[in-house]
Amino acid sequence: MLALLLRDLRLATRAGGGFGLSLAFFLIVTVLVPFGVGPEGGTLARIAPGILWVGALLSCLLSLDRIFALDREDGSLDLLATAPIPLDGVVAVKSLAHWLTTGLPLTLAAPVLGVLLNLPQSGFLWLTLSLLLGTPALSVIGTFGAALTVGLKRGGLLLSLLVLPLYIPTLIFGAEAAKRGAEGLATGTPLLMLAGITAGTVAILPFAAAAAIRVNLR
Amino acid sequence: MMLSVHDLAVARGGITILDGVSLTLGAGEALVLRGPNGIGKTTLLRTIAGLQPDIAGRIDLPPEGAAYSGHADGLKATLTVRENLTFWARIYGQSDIAPALSAMNLETLADRDAQNLSAGQKRRLGLARLLVTGRRLWLLDEPTVSLDTASVGLFAESVRAHLAAGGAALMATHIDLGLDEATIFDLAPFRAKPPRPGQGGDFDGAFA
Amino acid sequence: MSIWEYANPKKFMQTSSWALPWVTGLAVLTLLTGLVWGFFFTPDDFRQGSTVKIIFIHVPSAMMAINCWAMMLVTSLVWLIRRHHVSVLAAKAAAPIGITMTLIALFTGAIWGQPMWGTWWAWDPRLTSFLILFLFYLGYIALWEAVEDPDTAADLTSVLCLVGSVFALLSRYAVLFWNQGLHQGASLSLDKEEHVADQFAHPLWLTMAGFVLLFVALVLLRTRTEIRARRLRALEARERMA
Repeated sequence: MLALLLRDLRLATRAGGGFGLSLAFFLIVTVLVPFGVGPEGGTLARIAPGILWVGALLSCLLSLDRIFALDREDGSLDLLATAPIPLDGVVAVKSLAHWLTTGLPLTLAAPVLGVLLNLPQSGFLWLTLSLLLGTPALSVIGTFGAALTVGLKRGGLLLSLLVLPLYIPTLIFGAEAAKRGAEGLATGTPLLMLAGITAGTVAILPFAAAAAIRVNLR
Repeated sequence: MMLSVHDLAVARGGITILDGVSLTLGAGEALVLRGPNGIGKTTLLRTIAGLQPDIAGRIDLPPEGAAYSGHADGLKATLTVRENLTFWARIYGQSDIAPALSAMNLETLADRDAQNLSAGQKRRLGLARLLVTGRRLWLLDEPTVSLDTASVGLFAESVRAHLAAGGAALMATHIDLGLDEATIFDLAPFRAKPPRPGQGGDFDGAFA
Repeated sequence: MSIWEYANPKKFMQTSSWALPWVTGLAVLTLLTGLVWGFFFTPDDFRQGSTVKIIFIHVPSAMMAINCWAMMLVTSLVWLIRRHHVSVLAAKAAAPIGITMTLIALFTGAIWGQPMWGTWWAWDPRLTSFLILFLFYLGYIALWEAVEDPDTAADLTSVLCLVGSVFALLSRYAVLFWNQGLHQGASLSLDKEEHVADQFAHPLWLTMAGFVLLFVALVLLRTRTEIRARRLRALEARERMA
């Protein structure tokens, strides 16, 4: 299991691994927003938590189809499915690798981008915390979507169509927590709900994803 | 007994293509599957490997007994030969990759990225992966594709060594490996007959 | 005689061909009666005028939009557990009907909302939930379309339906939280059917029954089509083998 994690991390950071692509995308999306809504500080400060959450979510989406598609192409997925490690575990490890290479960097980059969007001082802690709690759910849900579409030649667009509706609860609670934090309100409930979603998806979805992969391999 | 298949039926795309396949494989034995393209060699191997469900019959295989090798080698282009091999060794709970490297004549290439290997060298690396699994039964699908004559000899040599050490191999290949130990198993007699109307129970009654 | 006998495609085709005309006739009868009663023989609402009468389409279609997903969930589970082809084909057949019902509910809601609230659309929790339901239907149908092998598609869509149901419920509560947490309670509420007068309630019950019957008729019809399509596929495959 550890070997798989290390391999995925190593692959992501080698040339062509796509590490940093999501981060760059996140940056660009955030930079584009003021061009769309105008440079007025008050407006930006008000929408900053929501924009950063939506931006992080879309950046996360960008790298989902790499989770299994490459392993499927070169036959690794067949070999992993016949290897003496449970496929649910493979899925869980791959979600973790995806979070470490996408969700975590996005979380760390978000406060910097918050400066660009004039995020109020009180909001930084809650934005980072909500992303830290929420992005693992984004990775796990995305892994499930990638497992559903792994057998398809051009599954990228379909993957977005399947995964985005599943992201709605995470987005709502995550952005709500960040927004409340920025306005100086209590953030307990949305953060707890966010943690609940993450815990629930991590516990259940790897099994569903493994089942989908088995179906797609046969 | 390493593998015993009894009255097995396998399907591709929902259609039964092989029916009533029975074979046994003991320690030190090798079986070469033969038959025209599309008869179902790959499907049979994948079914035995557990990648797809069987339609009927029984497969007896000791748990954690088989290592499967398909058309693709499962290599990562940006990892070196050594990294690729170490990864699979660790997945199978093994640690020593040196014997596999030397058996497939890959020592000089050990630190080269897999993307810089020729097709034949990649295939050799794929076969070296089998060696590091430590499994006694090998399920090989076209193992000699893109190998030159010398490499085929190298491969035959490692299969022979594997058999001599008490292993077994079930493979689908068209070329003669020069393995005296191997028995030919022709799949043509097991080709499934298309079901006639009314046959095959109620399901068929509506669907075919 | 068990219910699973109808899971046999042959038996299903026989029974449904017998039942379909009756269900269709009954659906037409109930719907016509309910709609005519509702449109022409109920008084105008003192506040809403005649616009209130769209309730006879809006409420039943909204109800069926949800019930249809519930039915797909049950039939998908039956497929995953008992591998009955008719079951999953019924789920496949129901999805386009469900998405149509969702669209009807959304559109009639907009038409109703414009004169009442002065806006076509508001991010009211209930409206938003239906929009999300629409997205879930869209994904489910798209996955069926994308996967070529019918059994693979059946398995994948069933898993998606299962997981999607959980997330749809979760979204429903998230949306309630989202628009009632910070802000005051939704100023636009659709909880009208809970206090409609009897003179509206009776025709409303009738149209709801009519929509259920219409739904059953359409699902039967479409499931029969799906079964025939599968049979055609199987025949072609056999042709290729021979």
